[in-house]
Amino acid sequence: MLAAVLLAAVLVTLCVGERVYAPDQVIRALLGERVPGASFTVPRLRLPRALTGALVGLAFGAAGTIFQTLLRNALASPDIIGISAGASAAAVVAIAILGLSGPIVSAIAVASGILVALVLVLLAGRGIAGSRFVLIGIGVGALLNAVVSYALTRAGVDQASQALRWLTGSLNEAFWPGVPPLAIAVAVLLPAALLLAPRFGALQLGDDAAEALGVPAARSRLWLIVVAVGLVAVGTAATGPIAFVAFLSGPIAGRLVPGRIPLLPAALIGAVLVLVADLIGQHLLGTRFPVGVVTGAVGAPYLLWLLSRTNRTGGSL
Amino acid sequence: MLGLLLGALGLVVFSALSLLLGSRSVAVPDVIAGLTTWPATDIAQAAVQTRIPRTVLGLIVGASLALAGAVLQGATRNPLADPALLGVSNGAALAVVVGIAVAGAGTAASHVPWALGGAAAASVVVYGIASLGREGATPLKLALAGAATSATLYSLLSGVLLSRTDVLDEFRFWQVGGIGGTGFGEMLPVLPVLLLGAVLAFASARGLDALALGDDVARGLGSRTWIARAVAGLAAVLLCGTATAIAGPIGFLGLTMPHLARMFTGPDHRWLLPYSAVLGAGLLLAADVLGRLVARPGDIEVGIMTAVLGAPVFIAIVRRRRVREL
Repeated sequence: MLAAVLLAAVLVTLCVGERVYAPDQVIRALLGERVPGASFTVPRLRLPRALTGALVGLAFGAAGTIFQTLLRNALASPDIIGISAGASAAAVVAIAILGLSGPIVSAIAVASGILVALVLVLLAGRGIAGSRFVLIGIGVGALLNAVVSYALTRAGVDQASQALRWLTGSLNEAFWPGVPPLAIAVAVLLPAALLLAPRFGALQLGDDAAEALGVPAARSRLWLIVVAVGLVAVGTAATGPIAFVAFLSGPIAGRLVPGRIPLLPAALIGAVLVLVADLIGQHLLGTRFPVGVVTGAVGAPYLLWLLSRTNRTGGSL
Repeated sequence: MLGLLLGALGLVVFSALSLLLGSRSVAVPDVIAGLTTWPATDIAQAAVQTRIPRTVLGLIVGASLALAGAVLQGATRNPLADPALLGVSNGAALAVVVGIAVAGAGTAASHVPWALGGAAAASVVVYGIASLGREGATPLKLALAGAATSATLYSLLSGVLLSRTDVLDEFRFWQVGGIGGTGFGEMLPVLPVLLLGAVLAFASARGLDALALGDDVARGLGSRTWIARAVAGLAAVLLCGTATAIAGPIGFLGLTMPHLARMFTGPDHRWLLPYSAVLGAGLLLAADVLGRLVARPGDIEVGIMTAVLGAPVFIAIVRRRRVREL
């Protein structure tokens, strides 16, 4: 079902743009036939954009759900606990101060996201599954945001604008050369996450119970964090941290597919969210906004609702 | 009392350092000449004279933020309360940006009403959300609500900024939190507001002491808890919103100073508040001087310095086990 929705979203992304092409024209252009106009626009410009959006959405959706489940807190998405901030800070410093661009920025962002996660795990000590991890993440995130602000003042206004666009999360830089590394990374990490997912059930019972069931608790948790951080970092490196996708996907999937840990549905929903938000940002609003502004604006009311609801019911917050 | 005197002495020392040290090396006789010769006759004296408002502003802003933090921590009984972490600064930031974009609010003084409104709205929202539920506003809930609200406000902020490059250019310098480049003319109009905030803060000290015993005990002792909270909250918004408007968001000072002060004074707010103010003023100046020295010939804005120095303190507080309640 969700996969069908995702395919539809990809197709709409391919059809709609400055000029709207009919679906059959798009498919013929993809198959290599010459269709006036569409032959260039669709495979060269729109297809990489759609693929990048979908892949990044998959990565954010899955990673967000892993963090939320592992830390037992719907608010503990990588946006909030500083991991996205780590990747962003490194990338902005690379763009604005070192004057770098292209793949090297992405590589730096990935490395720094992983480094920040490592620091968080070390600082939190043994209580990974708990409030300490989240609070330390928030503190580290605030520190990294100061680094971002500093880098922004050291740049020219054009670079600052470019960096800000990047900070918000945007698909405007999505062209073919960036797709293969992203696709490979997601193709490795997403199945790994799905393989690890069954261990969640045992981990949620507590470490002792998990050990008794034959699931090595500490090691499973470490691997899950490694995979999730990898996904976040790779996605952030490709498009910047698209606000709230990681945060929204899990809860939406949980509502649609009750009971199990909704890892795959959450990933698919992440992809749909990114594509739909990008369509809205590009075409429905007066100015062209990057996708992150749209997801941020959509995420805000939901977030407030979630906060008030879990607080009132005395949930796991 | 002795501690306060020592603190005041420290302030004098840091103020002197702030006048003596900067991106440009000025010899001591020239500094004295700069202080006594009006108007300045050469560049060295002019450089010294720009350091005067900067130093004064540092003292004012540091004291205001630390006081706001202390009052906020007392009123919420939450050791992690800090204007920047709770989204109050981002609320002020969003409002200021809207002010710049819509009403063309260009000067520091015209930022003030916007920042105050934004700060007040954000703090009400964050505290309101966090205090729903049976346990009230626990440190974790408050921090999460603040971080989440901050993230939301930030994406709205970038929505405004991305469509207006001119606003971005003005905003990015305000955002880092700096006390350079302001004159006395811009400071004077906001002083009454800060003064009112400080008076309210000190007036709330007894109420905060009662609150520290817990709401039930406080009520039993005849203290009206909601009045104490309201006065304290108003003081915090006035102090923090105004300081943010003139100096930009400066994080972690409001968080860390009360903890430092508590080491000397214990929990009594009548001593805690003045100590926090003195320490905040001193440390803000120290951080500013440090920022001028490490990045010569440029300087690092004080907001960056306080974040870099303050975040480790925050993490240390979290890592200590007993952070649950104040």
